[in-house]
Amino acid sequence: MIRKVYVPVLALMTVAGLSMQPAFAETPDDILASIQKEMAGMPGVHGFSAARGESFFKTKHGNEWSCSSCHTDNPAVPGKHDKTGKTIKPLAPSANAERFTSQKKVDKWFKRNCNDVLGRACTAQERGDVLTYLLTVKN
Amino acid sequence: MSIHNQFYLQIFAVILLAMGITISVAHAEDDRDERYADKPGERYGEGYSKKYGGENRGKPVQPAQTNAKFQQECSSCHIAYAPGLLPAESWRKIMAGLNKHFGSDASLEIRDSKEITDFLVSNASNRWSASTAPLRITESSWFRSKHDSHEISPAVWKSPQVKSPANCAACHREAERGDFRERNIKMPL
Repeated sequence: MIRKVYVPVLALMTVAGLSMQPAFAETPDDILASIQKEMAGMPGVHGFSAARGESFFKTKHGNEWSCSSCHTDNPAVPGKHDKTGKTIKPLAPSANAERFTSQKKVDKWFKRNCNDVLGRACTAQERGDVLTYLLTVKN
Repeated sequence: MSIHNQFYLQIFAVILLAMGITISVAHAEDDRDERYADKPGERYGEGYSKKYGGENRGKPVQPAQTNAKFQQECSSCHIAYAPGLLPAESWRKIMAGLNKHFGSDASLEIRDSKEITDFLVSNASNRWSASTAPLRITESSWFRSKHDSHEISPAVWKSPQVKSPANCAACHREAERGDFRERNIKMPL
């Protein structure tokens, strides 16, 4: 009898407890899954590679900058905007829990930064590789 | 105390009060570069619109009702520059060219871009009478005059802590809050 009364109370407490967690719309894994989904209809091999992502991140692609020009070679530490000198918070989710938790923000920055670094949009493969790499970076 | 004496005492008090008010206004005038009118046409706006060849900044202090989207989006790569530092037309041009923003892609979603443009335009300099609309704050007459070689030694600009004249906060320690007052300047070196 008493237990039955406690069930809804417990449920309520669980919901309340969960809602007190930081309200991130997505997780980095959700973001990665959505990139994977984009590639579903495309021909070819569909795996992501951290090694490929790392080399993509650290090399220039015909323009003035690489990703690491601002984010540094170690995405677990703060970076610095190459032009303005403003501090950029770490990019690796292990060092900054806010990263890759909003699809809108991820889309905005991939669009901007790929344009700056490559002069074009990044492919799903490139984005997937980079995120896979960033997820392997330990703080 | 007679009624007459009380009457004179009141007159005296009123005169004293009036003198006090006049003095504080005079002080405010001295400090004019740090005080601004909140709306176009208010007393501090008049006359100052001719200063610096008509290229004068308006409100260096951020309006109390700032815009959250502006704060968030415009401070990713640099500090969120106060809207009063440029005229409305400058902000329209800057916001229309965000995909090539001083060599970087800073594009926004249309809805966010519109909200921020509206905020910048309605809080732009109210003392800019020239027809010019520079894209860089550092190109305006008021900026160049305030930062000429009499004011700042060339060595300061070369300091690695300064890096760029766009880096207001290197010397204006409260720049992030829109506060550029003389007392809050601390130059590196």
